[in-house]
Amino acid sequence: MGPASPGEREPAPSRRALLGWGGAGLALGAAAAGGAVAAVRAGGDPEPAADSGAAVPFHGPHQAGIATAVQDRLHFASFDVTTEDRAELVALLREWTRAAERMTAGHTVGEGAYGGLAESPPDDTGEALGLRPSRLTLTVGFGPSLFARGRFGLDGRRPEALVDLPKFPGDNLDATRSGGDLCVQACADDPQVAVHAIRNLARIGMGRASVRWSQLGFGKTSSTTPDAQTPRNMMGFKDGTRNIAGTDAAALKKHVWVGGSDDAGWMTGGSYLVARRIRMHIETWDRAPLQEQEDIFGRDKGEGAPVGRSAERDEPFLKAMLPTAHVRLAHPDTNDGATILRRGYSFTDGTDGLGRLDAGLFFLAYQRDVRRGFVPVQRSLAAHDALNEYIQHVGSAVFAVPPGVRDKDDWWGRALFS
Amino acid sequence: MRAVRFSVVTAAATVAALTAVTGCAEKSDAKGDGAVQVVAKDDSCEVSKTSIPAGHVELAVENKGSKVTEVYVLFPDDRIVTERENIGPGTRARITAEIKAGTYEIACKPGMKGKGIRQTVEVTGGRSAARSPEMDTAVAGYRTYVQAQADETLPKVKAFTDAVAAGDVEAAKKAYAGSRIGWERTEPVAESFGDIDPKVDVREDGLEDGQKWTGWHRLEKALWQDEKLGAEEKALAPLLLADLTDWQKRVGRAEITPTSMANGAKELLDEVATGKVTGEEERYSHTDLVDFKANVEGAEKSYELLKPIATKNDAALTASLDKQFASLNTLLDTYRADRTSYDFTSYDKVGKADRKKLSDAVNALAEPLSKLAAAVTK
Repeated sequence: MGPASPGEREPAPSRRALLGWGGAGLALGAAAAGGAVAAVRAGGDPEPAADSGAAVPFHGPHQAGIATAVQDRLHFASFDVTTEDRAELVALLREWTRAAERMTAGHTVGEGAYGGLAESPPDDTGEALGLRPSRLTLTVGFGPSLFARGRFGLDGRRPEALVDLPKFPGDNLDATRSGGDLCVQACADDPQVAVHAIRNLARIGMGRASVRWSQLGFGKTSSTTPDAQTPRNMMGFKDGTRNIAGTDAAALKKHVWVGGSDDAGWMTGGSYLVARRIRMHIETWDRAPLQEQEDIFGRDKGEGAPVGRSAERDEPFLKAMLPTAHVRLAHPDTNDGATILRRGYSFTDGTDGLGRLDAGLFFLAYQRDVRRGFVPVQRSLAAHDALNEYIQHVGSAVFAVPPGVRDKDDWWGRALFS
Repeated sequence: MRAVRFSVVTAAATVAALTAVTGCAEKSDAKGDGAVQVVAKDDSCEVSKTSIPAGHVELAVENKGSKVTEVYVLFPDDRIVTERENIGPGTRARITAEIKAGTYEIACKPGMKGKGIRQTVEVTGGRSAARSPEMDTAVAGYRTYVQAQADETLPKVKAFTDAVAAGDVEAAKKAYAGSRIGWERTEPVAESFGDIDPKVDVREDGLEDGQKWTGWHRLEKALWQDEKLGAEEKALAPLLLADLTDWQKRVGRAEITPTSMANGAKELLDEVATGKVTGEEERYSHTDLVDFKANVEGAEKSYELLKPIATKNDAALTASLDKQFASLNTLLDTYRADRTSYDFTSYDKVGKADRKKLSDAVNALAEPLSKLAAAVTK
């Protein structure tokens, strides 16, 4: 087998037509590596509604899928590394990187989904043929267990900021929906594009990594686009209005990206991800009176305005809210300025067998240091939030998300393993 | 040829003329191409060539008989590759199909009845045409293995069916799993005889409407769920023995190619992935790990025979397969007392986390195994 070049073998006409797009995007990403980082990244992330089929540049100092304008759909997967061989793990990360480069640009993986040897299964599984790149981003993270002593020689390299989360009051965590050595967050405006990406990475991983758990998200609940409406969660409310904007370079630098002087040098330009599967008891919530619902959040349901204000983005007056109101407890002013970038998605995974929907929020938050981000905010919420009557945290994971892949020779985690 | 067509036009009414005109157009298309000319008469079926290159095959049929006819291209087991019905006397038809290398029959059925008048044709070319001596060695080795498995299995089956017939539940339970090992090792070959598998290895949920449930799993349910053998079960015992004797007689003649060996190995792992890892195959006896091991052994046998060829083409693949076979076998060994015993842990005692480990090891092996056929044929 000796293909002239992978691009030449691209079998899907409509995905192929976007080759130019991918090329332009890659060039942009490469340029971003030089300087004026945040601005260029932001410029590469267009308004979602305006260009939902486009490709998001894969290369850059930070991984895409964090500051990127939030896409409509999610497929998130956590993996157990099954090999004990460090070289195999590195090979996997290299192969994943190359496959991600192709898929985010709208290409098939390997030598495509058809047209190869008749005796051989195709490299690509094929369900994204004919679909646009759909702003697919693939974001990889490393769980604390990857750094365990006696595994891959990484025990001295675990960042202090990658803490094991404490047990919060009310947690009812399912071990089979928690943790993991690796994670991949696939976000796209087309759900099939996101699922295709996770499926193909899982396939490439067989023998080296196995899916531990995965989560589909059907609708975004956060926006990183300033002035855009905050999407509503399954409780019908806008929550997380005061999110960090993907264009706010100063806030990203302060609260999201790991700095060069932070504890682990290999994480510079990376971030820390907390993932929580939050089940919502939507049936009891739906029976709650409107006033109670609004009091619990500290916002009105129609506009999403904070108590006593008229518009969603009006500065909240926290003291006007009940001490147990969700907005008040989650606000940076209540938590020593702790600010996180939220990127969660709503889910419904069938039913719970008791005539109720298994629905809720798959909460995803990025931060520079988990100890100064999610932990203080969740301590405050878990202890006092009136919403706790209607929700339960049932899955939990934390990951160190390394910096971006700079070019065609770079790969996810290179700085960690070098 | 032209004269014949014209005579039809002259002799027949408008409808026939239309047919003839169509025939004319088709005829001119055929000029210069490699279409196989088939002349169908009431008592003959003449084929212009009996060796045809694989790929896009075109038959130009002319019915010179007095009856309406049909022309078929058939696999050796009578499955239809392609066909054309209602070819009237004096008319022509064209049949096209993508046909792979192999032996086929062309059948003309004057009067559109019966088995037809048949001609054997060889479709040649493609990758399967040139088979190297080492491929022949691999195929011959596998053929010997398959027959040996059947030969060794029959006495074990007899011990099992004798115990069932005698109503001895405990002896039958003991003999059950062992009686299946040879079958499980070579299952893709056994399944290529479409009629035996549904009689001996079907599960209750796999039954078609009106199909009577016979074979191993019917007896498995009686032994472990009902824990008794009635007259009906006892009567099924000689039937199972007879069906498997049929298998033993026929298995040596199965069509085996390097590709089918490689794909068969992959299919054995598919069997494990969909039936054994889930515990569905042996849901009453929980002897799934015995089948599991046998499937892996059968796949490994195919692989070992093909490995000299595959290594030349893709050494990285065979290195990966060696490693994954070894790690799956090591994992399976933790479920039996010693490495020669087929006394495996009952699968209902294998917890969810351990089942996932088995499943991961199967996936780790099956993914590279799916590339073996390509490594053998390229």
